[in-house]
Amino acid sequence: MTIRVLVAKVGLDGHDRGIKVVARLLRDAGMEVVYTGLFQTPETVAHAAIQEDVDVVGLSMLSGAHLTLAPLVVEALRAQGSDIPVVVGGIVPSNDLEDMKKAGVAAVFGTGTSAEEMVAEIVRIVGTTATP
Amino acid sequence: MSPASAYDKWLEAFRASPTRDAAFATMSGIALEPVYGPRDGEFPGQFPYTRGLHASMYRSRLWTMRMFAGFGTALDTNRRFKEIIASGGTGLSTAFDMPTLLGLDSDAPMALGEVGRCGVAIDSLADMRDLFAGIDLGTITTSMTINSPAAVMLALFVAQAEESGVPRSRLGGTLQNDILKEYQAQKEFVFPPRASMRLVRDTIAFSAAEMPRWNSISVSGYHIREAGSTAAEELAFTLANGFAYVELAQQAGLGVDEVAPRLSFFFNAHIDFFEEIAKYRAARRIWARWMRNHYAARDERSWQLRFHTQTAGVSLTAQQPEINIARTAIEALAGVLGGTQSLHTNSMDEALALPSEKAARIALRTQQIIAHETGVVHVADPLGGSYFVEELTDEMERQAEALFAEIMALGEGSMLEGCVKGIEENWFQGRIADSAYQLERSFNEGTRIVVGVNDFTEGNDDADLEILRITNADERKQVGRLRAVRQSRDDEAVARAIDNLRKDAVDPEVNLMPALINAARAYVTVGEMMTAMVGVFGRHVEVPTL
Repeated sequence: MTIRVLVAKVGLDGHDRGIKVVARLLRDAGMEVVYTGLFQTPETVAHAAIQEDVDVVGLSMLSGAHLTLAPLVVEALRAQGSDIPVVVGGIVPSNDLEDMKKAGVAAVFGTGTSAEEMVAEIVRIVGTTATP
Repeated sequence: MSPASAYDKWLEAFRASPTRDAAFATMSGIALEPVYGPRDGEFPGQFPYTRGLHASMYRSRLWTMRMFAGFGTALDTNRRFKEIIASGGTGLSTAFDMPTLLGLDSDAPMALGEVGRCGVAIDSLADMRDLFAGIDLGTITTSMTINSPAAVMLALFVAQAEESGVPRSRLGGTLQNDILKEYQAQKEFVFPPRASMRLVRDTIAFSAAEMPRWNSISVSGYHIREAGSTAAEELAFTLANGFAYVELAQQAGLGVDEVAPRLSFFFNAHIDFFEEIAKYRAARRIWARWMRNHYAARDERSWQLRFHTQTAGVSLTAQQPEINIARTAIEALAGVLGGTQSLHTNSMDEALALPSEKAARIALRTQQIIAHETGVVHVADPLGGSYFVEELTDEMERQAEALFAEIMALGEGSMLEGCVKGIEENWFQGRIADSAYQLERSFNEGTRIVVGVNDFTEGNDDADLEILRITNADERKQVGRLRAVRQSRDDEAVARAIDNLRKDAVDPEVNLMPALINAARAYVTVGEMMTAMVGVFGRHVEVPTL
């Protein structure tokens, strides 16, 4: 089964270098990748993830708003009855990792994470949440 | 050789230049010439300025140590500004938060979680007043890094300065106002490209007429490079954008010599030391040649490319952040050896958060070490004549010229049209993304080493640095400040000002600056001014491409 990923930019952060590079690296690893474009809201991301029937949502966050916005994306998905896991890549200080986990974020990929590590972790997460 | 050789001309210019009170000798007492090279070669201060803009370079004046700062409310940033001035900084540079950069008020739903986080939140004249309280805008120069709402911020700045008794004619500084690179790289845009260019035109015309000490645009390669371009792409796209702004001003009836001297440039200082130095040398040479030969500029100041440098944010690692001090020092040195006019050095903790006070101080100290301890400032263009650096400079120029030809072709002979079309057709964005991807692959494959990331990782688990934390309390504070402004202003004056702004926006021949300044004085907020203009210009939506 090919893993399907929605990569998304939520809020006002326009830094899109990371998300574009990651999208290509995931494609290189054989995944199908859909990109939302910039300036999305938690609701539009949740809606797109469900519409596109993806296995995982990847948020790219570099502005410092991750503690505000990432939990809202998880909530929006759950509110629409979806259990699609959410992962975050970008700048997340280590002090925030615990809070991100509590908010239901399945994994955080800090800067310098290799493509291999990221792919392996996504495969693991999707594996554990896939319904038989 | 004729009697007035290049050397003679240089010597004359050098003797006419002031000299700083410093000893221009090595540490061991060897006396140093201000520049070295064959007498019939090119000298600094001479067209095409490969070797620097001034005959005496840093012997007359060191670069401006301009540290970028901004966070929280205007009151917080005002304190940081005063500290920068007290510790020897010689210019201010304002970082705005994301809502302000996108023209949103702090209480807009989309602003949630972003207020005061990446810079200072500015909603109205009241914030601008607090931002510069106790700072004499007639003596210190101010740079404002803002693009889509640049005209709005300039209006607030002028209104604030005039209220404090400094006329607009005395204001010195720079508005970034480079919207082209926003669509190409940084992605903080509001209006569609062509409407944005009208606002840029208005700010150029306004400052040409009324603000003789003001740089209307800082044409910025920094963000293009941060978004992943190569050095040559940074160079070429930035200069092409510069040419586009010159053509835009010409369309507005300004002569090339009225606009070109008011453009300044802003480049990245990445970690590949010699490539960066070659890039700066090539940038000056290309600009000089194009301004004189292609745009027929006659004023020498139009030929002279002045630039600010910032060390590369993307080169910093979250792993072992202290080693970023070394990276930044090397990058800053490249900027200085390349002849920069001003410099910002990043702080070691910027891969984690906005800089702490201590980290920002170390970054400024890094510049002071280069300026006052290393001796590299004694001799202009010290690498000029190096076979390697000269060849690399030529190669940068060749690659840039090849890219100019492509952009010109897109615009059917117009750089302005080529830049706008290149954006509309995702040409720039695609090239930058391709280069970013290639570089990332080399990190992943290990063919390129980043210390602390894909090699030399011992120490990565050391204790964390103390980083600056911006809490949501700042957001609530700012929203409170905004509400207070909305309650205390004259609603009728606000409505009138917005109405006038809208009317002026509809007519593309009208300059919007007077209406914006009028609105600023009436306490119309940034968000309200931008919304009024969106009503006329529409909103830009980028087609997402991978």
